[in-house]
Amino acid sequence: MHRLGLAARTMISTNPTAGTEEILVHGVAAVCDPLGGLYLPETGMLVVSDLHLEKGAAFARRGMMLPPYDTIATLNILAAVIARYDPKVVVSLGDNFHDRRGSEFLPENLRSMITDMARGRDWIWINGNHDPDGTTDLPGISSDELIYGGLTFRHEPSLISSKGEIAGHLHPAATVRRREKSVRRPCFASDGHRLLMPAFGVLTGGLDLRHRAMQGLFRQETLVAHLLGRDRIYSVRYGSLMG
Amino acid sequence: MDLVETKPSGIQAATLPTPFLKWFAEKGWQPRAHQLELLGRAQSGENMLLIAPTGAGKTLAGFLPSLTDLVHRGKIPPGSAFTGIHTLYISPLKALTVDIERNLMKPVTEMGLEVTVENRTGDTPQSKRQRQKLNPPDILLTTPEQVALLLANKEATRFFKDLKYVVLDELHSLVTSKRGHLLSLGLARLRKHAPEMQTIGLSATVADPMDLQRWLVPQGENPSPPAGLVHVTGGAAPDITILGTDSRIPWSGHVSTYAIPEVYEEIRRHKTTLIFVNTRFQAELLFQTLWTLNEDNLPIALHHGSLDASQRRKVEAAMADNKLRAVVATSTLDMGIDWGDIDLVVHVGAPKGASRLAQRIGRANHRMDEPSKAILVPANRFEVMECQAALDANYLGAQDTPPVGEGALDVLAQHVLGMACAEPFDPLELYHEITSASPYADLSWEMFERIVDFVATGGYALRTYERYAKIRRQEDGRWRVSNPQIAQQYRMNLGTIVEAAELNVRLVRRNAKGTLGRGGMTLGKVEEYFLEQLVQGDTFLFAGKVLRFEGIRENVCLVSNAHSLDPKIPAYAGGKFPLTTYLADQVRAMLADPDRRTTLPDQVRDWLSIQLERSMLPKQDELLIETFPRGKRFFMIAYCFEGRLAHQTLGMLLTRRLERAGARPLGFVATDYSLAIWGLNDIGAMIDAGRISLSDLFDEDMLGDDLEAWLDESYMLKRTFRNCAVISGLIERRHPGREKTGRQVTVSTDLIYDVLRSHEPDHVLLEATRRDAASGLLDIGRLGDMLARIKGHITHRDLDRVSPLAVPIMLEIGKEQVPGEAQDAVLAEAAEELIAEAGL
Repeated sequence: MHRLGLAARTMISTNPTAGTEEILVHGVAAVCDPLGGLYLPETGMLVVSDLHLEKGAAFARRGMMLPPYDTIATLNILAAVIARYDPKVVVSLGDNFHDRRGSEFLPENLRSMITDMARGRDWIWINGNHDPDGTTDLPGISSDELIYGGLTFRHEPSLISSKGEIAGHLHPAATVRRREKSVRRPCFASDGHRLLMPAFGVLTGGLDLRHRAMQGLFRQETLVAHLLGRDRIYSVRYGSLMG
Repeated sequence: MDLVETKPSGIQAATLPTPFLKWFAEKGWQPRAHQLELLGRAQSGENMLLIAPTGAGKTLAGFLPSLTDLVHRGKIPPGSAFTGIHTLYISPLKALTVDIERNLMKPVTEMGLEVTVENRTGDTPQSKRQRQKLNPPDILLTTPEQVALLLANKEATRFFKDLKYVVLDELHSLVTSKRGHLLSLGLARLRKHAPEMQTIGLSATVADPMDLQRWLVPQGENPSPPAGLVHVTGGAAPDITILGTDSRIPWSGHVSTYAIPEVYEEIRRHKTTLIFVNTRFQAELLFQTLWTLNEDNLPIALHHGSLDASQRRKVEAAMADNKLRAVVATSTLDMGIDWGDIDLVVHVGAPKGASRLAQRIGRANHRMDEPSKAILVPANRFEVMECQAALDANYLGAQDTPPVGEGALDVLAQHVLGMACAEPFDPLELYHEITSASPYADLSWEMFERIVDFVATGGYALRTYERYAKIRRQEDGRWRVSNPQIAQQYRMNLGTIVEAAELNVRLVRRNAKGTLGRGGMTLGKVEEYFLEQLVQGDTFLFAGKVLRFEGIRENVCLVSNAHSLDPKIPAYAGGKFPLTTYLADQVRAMLADPDRRTTLPDQVRDWLSIQLERSMLPKQDELLIETFPRGKRFFMIAYCFEGRLAHQTLGMLLTRRLERAGARPLGFVATDYSLAIWGLNDIGAMIDAGRISLSDLFDEDMLGDDLEAWLDESYMLKRTFRNCAVISGLIERRHPGREKTGRQVTVSTDLIYDVLRSHEPDHVLLEATRRDAASGLLDIGRLGDMLARIKGHITHRDLDRVSPLAVPIMLEIGKEQVPGEAQDAVLAEAAEELIAEAGL
């Protein structure tokens, strides 16, 4: 999958406008980056979601010895997107670690990678369902929710209000079908009121926008999927996904 | 025709105990010579292999040594010390163990023998399995997976200590698969528990019996003499014809719809017809079409591996009771189950292998002295030649079963964990035990150590998982499982048959309000990737019905009955066999030899003679390359006849080379017979001008760097990797106490593959994947043989238009999936529409 290709690339372009797509969420300008981060120029904030760090280790704790390289790969992409925007604030929107013990048992070299990235900026860990207790021995603060710059940031999308909500949790992905060929990619999903973030971690799967867990979250008429392509964002209206 | 038997000198045929002689006499039968020979030689201590056609009394022959021994032993008096099982019978099919129990109990009861016979499969209730451990039967009928389970148990020593005979049925089909590898390791462990035990293999005819004779006995440092061979040949020659048709035989495709009316006529004319096809896709379509013609309402049923087990059992039972007139089946019905009175086998689509054809035809008429009747229905013109070749081969008794092959490493990893679950193991002892199994005879100590390390902590260079190790080394140097949960996980995930991620398909009804009902019958399983492409309302053909896709709820795919005329059809992953090397040779020989072509139908002969006028027909060892323009593209066709898999690999490699040579290739498509590549530049002119050298293009060195470079990005390897990851225990199929929810909680093996490739390309599991792919999906061995064969024998014809021989493959173009690189192009197209819509 292309996200790992990204992690392995020695040079990722630091040009913030390359292949991005600028949209409005609840009237606030937001830049969807093909690396999977959302940048809010007005507040200088970078949002990433569902990093699922230490997923390999979480599985190993249950007897499945997945490769122990996922965290470093995810952090490499995160470092690249941070270098691209040099944000004032980084918000990690929950499921930052794959399980509760993830940040506690994080190897030292990876811990210092995060410390280096957080230097000179604010860092906010939003708690997710995988890691509801916050983080251990890492820079930044933990919180269940953040309201800032006209937007609300939380891990799980709320069913009650959608105005100006940025959420993660569901790992949205969209399938595009043209002439009997179909391609599926993680995506940002927004109807202009709410935005769902793609999962950022390299070992995360995706849930199709057509899945019933997504139902009721968006106004379908204005819903657009911004798919993560190799070097750019591809924006496709929900109703046109299937051709 | 009489039985021809090999009579080894100096071996006395055995005499049967009185109850057996009486039983034979009452039936008015004679014990057959091969049955007595096998008995006599087994009694004198030999391991044995019996090769015989169906209907030769193979099963009884296999059990005679243990039955006579049990008669001599007599009944175990109540209150005696624990006695383990005496005989283990292992078959590849659950259904076969049930069938054999019935067939074996009959003579046992009629002779009044004090012998207990039971079966044990995945379907056996837990209580019965427990009871079997405490009070084992004399003869246990079971499957390779159950043997592995029993061996991984702490009670294994006690359970197997009295084992005298292991009878292995359908050995030819077992040994070439990963199940066979697992079983060979199990056999090695059984010998440790019961050093005196003897093996008896039962097999259909194979290309190289010595492979099996060695497989049955310990190999390694001190190999035992190969098992003795009793080879029964002959039986009545089958009566095989190719379906005569007035319809036009299609140029390409695999479904033979043109011939279905004639097939239906044959069903009407016969008592019971068994219709074999190569894929589930063909089975579904054929079944559906037959029923549209079925004005007589004949009972015609469908049987394939994706159908729900209870539905399959129903079909099998109806078949055994002679209640059906026809069954459409895939390879799930290949093996030796007794299917009542079948008087006709129809094979739709080319059989792809001469031995497979012989096996399937053997299903008709289970008495070996009467000829079986079979009709072949080729799906396209190349298949006509292939059918003719297979037909010649069956008369000649030619064999093209695959070789046994080197033991798979993922299976080894599974076995090592199983052995640690049984009892702590000493690594050197286990290594010697493993190398006594013939597929693993060449396993190096270094590789063994890497596998043990993999089982313990994943075998990564970055050693961060020590604290989570599944097996640990004790102070005495032996390895044990870390905790009982690991053993439980092993038991839940054992086995070597990995199915693609599948969802149950459930038939529901819409109620008056238009909402979907809850209940409904489960029809079977469909691969997840197929369903992902569907939107609500799409229709597809499954379980013989046209179904409407309603959605996915939890882990179930909900469908309702539809009456669409144009269903999409499940594209199943498995079931397409590539053409065997032997048949490919025969087809090439037929093309080269005008005399052999006279046996072909007129339509096919005409086609070939036009080809001869417009271009040429290649000689048997020659590779014909044709180039021609069509539309705005330039085409190159290579007629290799090496099977689809080898052609796909060749296509990938040639496209890379043509790219470098400046031919600007755009794509390729592969069939069993040929490979077509097309591009923007005139490849033919480039060859004629000497800018592309065909001998360089087809040089064997493509299997070096080009292959490595391609493997780096091959999506085909991912599928192989998935199997290896599951079998080796890296990924679990089931985890104790954890249910899947609607949200995706499992981890994708594609992602793990990418992580490993970019961070630890030498990892042992990637090595296992490459080995599997080389012999399996990529067929690199066969490609290498071909490249060597055609060296200096490449002939190029630059044509001004498409040749007759090229028509079939040209019709395949456009039916292929999107390869990785082209994916972004599809996305860009969709995004352009949005831009256009916005008026930009």
